[in-house]
Order: sequence, then structure tokens, then C-alpha cells
Amino acid sequence: MTSDSANDSASDSDVIIRVRDLRNQFGSQVIHDGLDLDVRRGEVLGVVGGSGTGKSVLLRTIVGLNRPAAGRIEVFGQNLAGLSESDRAKQEKRWGVLFQDGALFSSLSVAENIEVPLREHTDLPPDLIDEIAALKISMTGLPPEAGPKFPAELSGGMRKRAGLARALALDPEILFLDEPTAGLDPIGAATFDELIKQLQQALGLTVFMVTHDLDSLHAICDRIAVLAEKRVMVIGSMAEMLEYSHPWIREYFHGPRARAVVGA
Amino acid sequence: MANEAEAIQSPGQEVAWLRAERQDRLSLLRAGGRWGIGQASRLDAQLRALELPSGRKVQVDAGDITVMDTAGAWILHRTIKSLREQGLSVEVSNANPSVAEMLEEVARNDSPCEIAPPTGNAIANLVAQIGESAVDIALETAQLVSFLGSIVATLARTAVHPKRLRLVPLVHHMQQVGLNALPIIGLISFLIGVVLAYQGASQLQKFGAEVFVVDLIAISILREIGILLTAIVIAGRSGSAFTAQIGSMKVNEEIDAMRTLGLDPMEVLVLPRVLALVITLPLLAFFSDVIGLFGGALMAWVTLDISPGLFLERLHSTLGPWTFWVGIIKAPVFAFIIAMLGCFEGFQVVGSSESVGQKTTRAVVESIFLVIVVDAIFSIFFAFIGI
Repeated sequence: MTSDSANDSASDSDVIIRVRDLRNQFGSQVIHDGLDLDVRRGEVLGVVGGSGTGKSVLLRTIVGLNRPAAGRIEVFGQNLAGLSESDRAKQEKRWGVLFQDGALFSSLSVAENIEVPLREHTDLPPDLIDEIAALKISMTGLPPEAGPKFPAELSGGMRKRAGLARALALDPEILFLDEPTAGLDPIGAATFDELIKQLQQALGLTVFMVTHDLDSLHAICDRIAVLAEKRVMVIGSMAEMLEYSHPWIREYFHGPRARAVVGA
Repeated sequence: MANEAEAIQSPGQEVAWLRAERQDRLSLLRAGGRWGIGQASRLDAQLRALELPSGRKVQVDAGDITVMDTAGAWILHRTIKSLREQGLSVEVSNANPSVAEMLEEVARNDSPCEIAPPTGNAIANLVAQIGESAVDIALETAQLVSFLGSIVATLARTAVHPKRLRLVPLVHHMQQVGLNALPIIGLISFLIGVVLAYQGASQLQKFGAEVFVVDLIAISILREIGILLTAIVIAGRSGSAFTAQIGSMKVNEEIDAMRTLGLDPMEVLVLPRVLALVITLPLLAFFSDVIGLFGGALMAWVTLDISPGLFLERLHSTLGPWTFWVGIIKAPVFAFIIAMLGCFEGFQVVGSSESVGQKTTRAVVESIFLVIVVDAIFSIFFAFIGI
């Protein structure tokens, strides 16, 4: 679990995202080099790392917003680089992405935002689409009054919930979250963590979460992957993190903020 | 004892299917397969078309459903709900735990909501809109006047303490709005000169007054077209840039940061831009005049055989210096209008980056409009004093 490669004893069918030998660079600056990562079906994986270690870049690379310089990314057992346009579109419907501030379309109401993927990718009748949008609004803990509101009229926490509702519109199998609790107050962050855990269990989701929030890591992550030195340095449970002796990881998981969370 | 089995889809492993059967006093609805969003529209149509035989009881056998997502659960939940509303008693049986949980989860979250904000009465909206925009215009005019006041005040302060003028940004903006605009202004002016000469020539040739094409080109370019064209291009090029720069600084709270650091945004941002444009626009207008005349002269030479020497001689003999000055005098005024509106709209940006786009459009439209209005006022004034 603390070996260089992220290869675990998990069998092939359990692995939903497989990253091998990933290399990302912008100009001469190398972000990732020889990065390996396995995400197992049904787990909540937290990705942590210092600023500039390329956590968000990793997320963006897996969902195809960033083309890697080298390496192989398999999602649902298929190599993304080798897929045709239409197969790729099919894959994309099977995951949902929540961006940092929700990234809602500002000219549409919250409910209309949730309806965008439904209208675009399904042939459901309009009244059913409206009902499903209302369902997602309720499932993500938004009040029904939030439906007709525009994103600008909502608080940061509500925008994140609305973004989550849109990410879940097509009932995806994988949910990508980019710093879901950043910018929320501690109470809001804790309820958002709970919401993610609850939805993950109810919908059987696999969650890939980039975060800085030690509370989130402790509360909802099954495994934690630490990015350092351009690769996944370790991956494992919270307890395993606490035993690891790399200086940065020690500082991260044994610092004053961490002690308060873990109670160590 | 199933007598009327209506097989809609054969029970495959991945395909969702639905069958209605009648048993004694009980309607049995069998469902199976993968109830996912991909199948939802077909299942929805089937469930809507469902005609259950009479009977007070319906049993839903969900035993063969392998996977169910929220969309699949919702359409089943919705059907059950509407049957119950019709007074039937409905029971779900044999569902595996994850399916049962999904159905419960969906039932818990059955709370309809509005999709779009209420639109209201169209006529009332129209009246309200007219009222709102009237108030907006009045408010904005008042703000614009106060903005003009603070520019003048800042100018006065800088005149008293010339050391406070920021020279580096001033030169930077002069390069941006002046030097870098030379190619586009030159090209447009040249083409307009060519077009004017060509059009004028073909008309004037009809009554043998070819040589007057020189007067036509010179008067129209020097008095109006040179400066107006330059002002319009600069409004589109630099006025919009001012709004976008200041607007995005406003969105990023950079303007607030400046204030807390004791920097005056008027002095740091507005004054260099206004001065840069007021200094460079007359020079650009002069450049435009020269190139426009050059284009006209070239075309007159080609089409009418009026040699450059003759062109210049005619220029000297028929036009006084005022023809040139009438155009150039307007340049600093136009420059001030464009720069002021560009900066003003930048400060009007609120909230999102969407507003930056809106205000940029406004700045360009308003400054072109005002430039043309002021140009008309100038013409009346010059006609009045007789030059």
C-alpha cells in the first residue's frame, strides 16, 4: 500500500479508473511523471497534495480536459485515448464532474442547469425531465424554491449543491469532485461531506475527490492518495497515512490542524 | 393463473422490461432488467400506456430488476403514486435491497419545484421594463456627470502636483492606443480615400468637373471622415479595452485592494488612460488625414490622370488652414468622451464576468453615439461662426 506503484491487490474488475505512466507538462514544467493510480469501483478516493502538485490537473486529465504528454488512462476498462468521438461521448455520460465553484451556466436557472445534460443526451419527455430535475434538487438538499433561481442569487454552498445536482443528472457511475468543500463554512462543509457520502452509498457511486480538507478526508474517504514528487507517493487508508514517514506526509497528517481532526 | 400476459419485451439480462398480468382480483405488474436512464423513455411510455384491469389491488413484482438508478426509480415511483391517487392499493414486492432503497430514496425526495423563474404578464413586464430603463438612464447620467467631475478634480490636483502623474502607465497606454493602432487606422483611411476618389470621379466626370475631385476628397477627409473614422475605430479598439481592463479588475476586487492600500483608482487607472487618448487621438487623426489624402491622390492619378503635383497645387490654392484645423480640434474632445465612457463603464461592472461583456458593449455603443452627437454639434457651431 505504500509502494511506489499504486498497484494493489485489487482484481481487474474492481478497478474503474486505471492510470499508468502518466506524464503531464506545461512548457518545460513537468507536473506529473510516471504517475500510476488505481481507483476501485465503489470507493471514495481523496486526492491530496501541496499546492502546485497537480491535483486538479490530474482530475482534468482523467476527464479529458487536458491532454497528457504521455501515459495511459483507462476508465471502465477502456483506453480513453483510443476511443472514437462517439464512444468517448458515451463514456462521458457515465461520469459527472463538480467544478470548484459549481461552474453553473449563469444564464440558466438552477433547474434548467440540471436539465441541460438530460435534454442533450436523453430522449425523455419534457415533463419527465422537469420531474427528474426536481428530484435531483431535493436529493442534493436544496429547497424547492432554489429551482427557478439563477446561480448568482445563490450562496456558495447552494451553488455547489446545484453543481452536484447537475453532475448527478445522468445517474453517473463516477463522480469527480474538485475541492468540494473549499470556501464553505465548517458547518456547510460537514453537511456537504455527509451529503456526498449519503449519495455515494445510495447511488453506488465511485467518488474521485480532490481536496485540502482534512475533515473530509477523515469523514468520508475510504482511501487517500498523496501526490508528491510528480507521482502518487502513497495510497491507503487514513490509518496508513498516519504511519507513513515521508516528511511532507508526516507534516500534513500530524500537523496541528490534523491533530484536531484525527484526535491523535 | 395468468390469462392475459402482455409481454412488451422479453426478459433479457440488461434490457428493462415490464409486463402486466391479471390474476383473480389482483393486477400484477412484473418488472425486470436494468432500470436505468438509458431505458427510461421507453419504460415511461409503457407505464403511461398501461391499462390495468379493474380491481382494487395492484402488486408490483420488482424481483427481476437487477439495477435501478434514480431515473428508473422515479418513473416507477411516479406510476405507483398515480395509481394510489386513483384509489388503488399498490404493493411492491420481491425488490432486492438496493432497489428497495433506491425507491425509498426517490420517494423521500419527491418534492416538485418550479423550473424557470416566473415570467408574469407580458404587458406589465413591458411597462416595468420601460420604467426601469428610464430610471437606469437617469441614474447613470447622474453618475456619469459625477465621474466627469472627479476626472476634472483629479486632473486639477495633478496639475498642481505634477509629480503625481504616473508617467510609465501614461507612456504604456500611449503605445497601446496610439502607436499600435497605426496600421489599422492607416489601412482603413487609405481605402476610404481610394473609394471617395473613385466614387467622386465617376460622378464629377459626367459634367467635366474632374478637378473638383480634389476639393471633394480634401474637404470630406479633413473636416469629417478622417477624425470620425479614427474616433470610431479607437472607440471599438481602446474604449472597449479600457472597460474590459477596469471591469475585470473590479471583478477580481483589485480596485477595492487599491483603495485599501491608499491608492486612488482615478489617479492610477483613469487619468493615464484619459490623458493617453487625449494626446494620441489628434496625432492619429492627423495620420489618418495624410493617408486618406494619399489614397485619394493615388486614385485621382490613376483614374483621372490628375498628377500628384496638380493635386497638391489644387489643395493649396482652394483650401484654407481651417479645413484642417476644424477636423483636428474635435479630436481631443472625442478622445475625452471615449476614454471617459470606457473607464466609467469599467467601474460600473458588478459581480460576474458576464457583466464585463455587457458593459464593454455599452461603452462602445455609447461612445460612438456620443462622438457622432458631439460631431453634429461641432458642425452647427462651425457653420454658425462661418468656417
